[in-house]
Amino acid sequence: MRKREKIIKVLLLACGVVSVLTTFGIIWILLSEASVFFKTVSIKEFLTSDQWTPLFADKHFGILPLLAGTVLTSGIAILVALPFGLTIAIYLNEYAPKQLRKVVKPMLEILAAVPTVVYGYFALTFVTPLMQTVLPSLSGFNALSPGIVMGIMIIPLISSLSEDALYAVPKSLREASYGMGATRFQTAFRVLVPAALSGITVSVLLAISRAMGETMIVAIAAGQQPRLTFDPTVPIETITTYIVQVSMGDVERGTIEYQTIFAAGLALFGLTFLLNNISFWIKKKFTRKYE
Amino acid sequence: MAEKSKMVEKESLIAENVNVFYGDNHVIKNVSIVMPENSITAFIGPSGCGKSTFLRLYNRMNDYIEGFRKDGSIIFNGKEIYSKDIQLEELRKKIGMVFQKPNPFPKTVYENIVYGLRIQGVKDKALLDEVVESTLKKVFLWGEVKDQLKKSALALSGGQQQRLCIARTLAVEPSILLMDEPTSALDPISTAKLEELVFELKKTLTVVIVTHNMQQAARISDKTAFFYMGELKEFSPTKQMFTNPKEEITQNYITGRFG
Ligand SMILES: Nc1ncnc2c1ncn2[C@@H]1O[C@H](COP(=O)(O)OP(=O)(O)O)[C@@H](O)[C@H]1O
Ligand SMILES: [Mg+2]
Repeated sequence: MRKREKIIKVLLLACGVVSVLTTFGIIWILLSEASVFFKTVSIKEFLTSDQWTPLFADKHFGILPLLAGTVLTSGIAILVALPFGLTIAIYLNEYAPKQLRKVVKPMLEILAAVPTVVYGYFALTFVTPLMQTVLPSLSGFNALSPGIVMGIMIIPLISSLSEDALYAVPKSLREASYGMGATRFQTAFRVLVPAALSGITVSVLLAISRAMGETMIVAIAAGQQPRLTFDPTVPIETITTYIVQVSMGDVERGTIEYQTIFAAGLALFGLTFLLNNISFWIKKKFTRKYE
Repeated sequence: MAEKSKMVEKESLIAENVNVFYGDNHVIKNVSIVMPENSITAFIGPSGCGKSTFLRLYNRMNDYIEGFRKDGSIIFNGKEIYSKDIQLEELRKKIGMVFQKPNPFPKTVYENIVYGLRIQGVKDKALLDEVVESTLKKVFLWGEVKDQLKKSALALSGGQQQRLCIARTLAVEPSILLMDEPTSALDPISTAKLEELVFELKKTLTVVIVTHNMQQAARISDKTAFFYMGELKEFSPTKQMFTNPKEEITQNYITGRFG
């Protein structure tokens, strides 16, 4: 019996070690390959140049256009996902009968399980033409449609985590509010949402990093034209799309073109790493406050 | 004076043949009781006998509990409070509640007090300021917190928080105040302060207080209701209840033979 316990313990430890090692492996490869890149291209050029044309004869290595594409599409996504996600969370938590909540939550989570390639073609062949009927100047490839569709994709992430946060608000606060003659609506917006704000913020940050890392939808529907703009109607490119474009093309290993993907990857990693850390910090700082 | 007594009569609180069920669990059994106005009524009885449940009938706080069902009537101001056309929000402004554990909102002291007025749409800053000061004075908290109005209410001590919760309830000027073991989470000094406050409050309102502490009931209440297994066993003036109870079971309970 004790031997078995020991084996299980070792196995569990091994699993933990593997995942930590993987993470470090990824960081190591990103850093080492990117360091080769930065021997040729200065960090200043990388961070300030407004063009990204590593595959052209006239090469420029400014990450800003890709960064703008990533921020723009994720920004649109969050603008869509936050109001819907939060409304759903409040509805499920405050208004919906318990039974409905049990059914709706897993159903919503299916949204997150749809293959992203399906979302991509949905954006390209349905949302874009639809938007063009109201916005004729919209290009066939643009930031708007994939942004909206990514927003739909991350709704369950926000609604589910926010609902958990609302659910965790002590019942006593709810009773205090009702006891003062507040309506459900007032209770939700004046007491529950503020009390759950840290959890809601965490859900939003995680949703943003999910959107920033999303590849397929933007690769299919946003076009592949790095462009430093915040105009959602024209084709753009995101960091992830660029990485896919290069790794699937016939760029030779060891060339500067090849190394760009590690530099770009490092930029994306830095960004999501930062977001995740902020959310972790918020969670830690505020979790115990309202017990 | 004449006007006052008329008003008091109008705001009577009468329960008649009330039964409560949680699912199949019959927790209040045919209770009828008339609350005397401008006085303090204590609910006592062993744990689980239905004191909280009965108290929470008055402001319909049990409505949120799954499987809750009641019959019989509860009349406030001449109106059945469980009828369809009752405005729940209005009812709760009139019948305020203080809970067992202090439950201030995670907001500032100031925002806690004005919460009830804000949700009624009051925006007049001068009025809000005035209400904050006057209600905090009523609960003897003004001197202690007047320099921390913009600080989080969660930074106050437990006793201060509970008095803040009372102030918050008083700010909307209820005519009845329900208190469910309001001192059970407090130290003896805070408890004494709170009792003094409750005593003061009965000049202007009707107080119903659930307490586990028989000395407390004896100290502050005018009438005492003894609940046992969902039944109202005895309802008498407090003095009489503690010196010469009518029922043997009351006698056994207050002399500490069980409970
Ligand atoms: N939320 C609830 N759901 C189901 N049963 C409950 C609930 N709250 C209380 N009860 C039951 O109702 C009875 C009375 O409880 P309560 O009113 O809390 O008693 P007291 O306040 O006198 O201790 C108990 O049997 C208790 O188990
Ligand atoms: Mg109780």
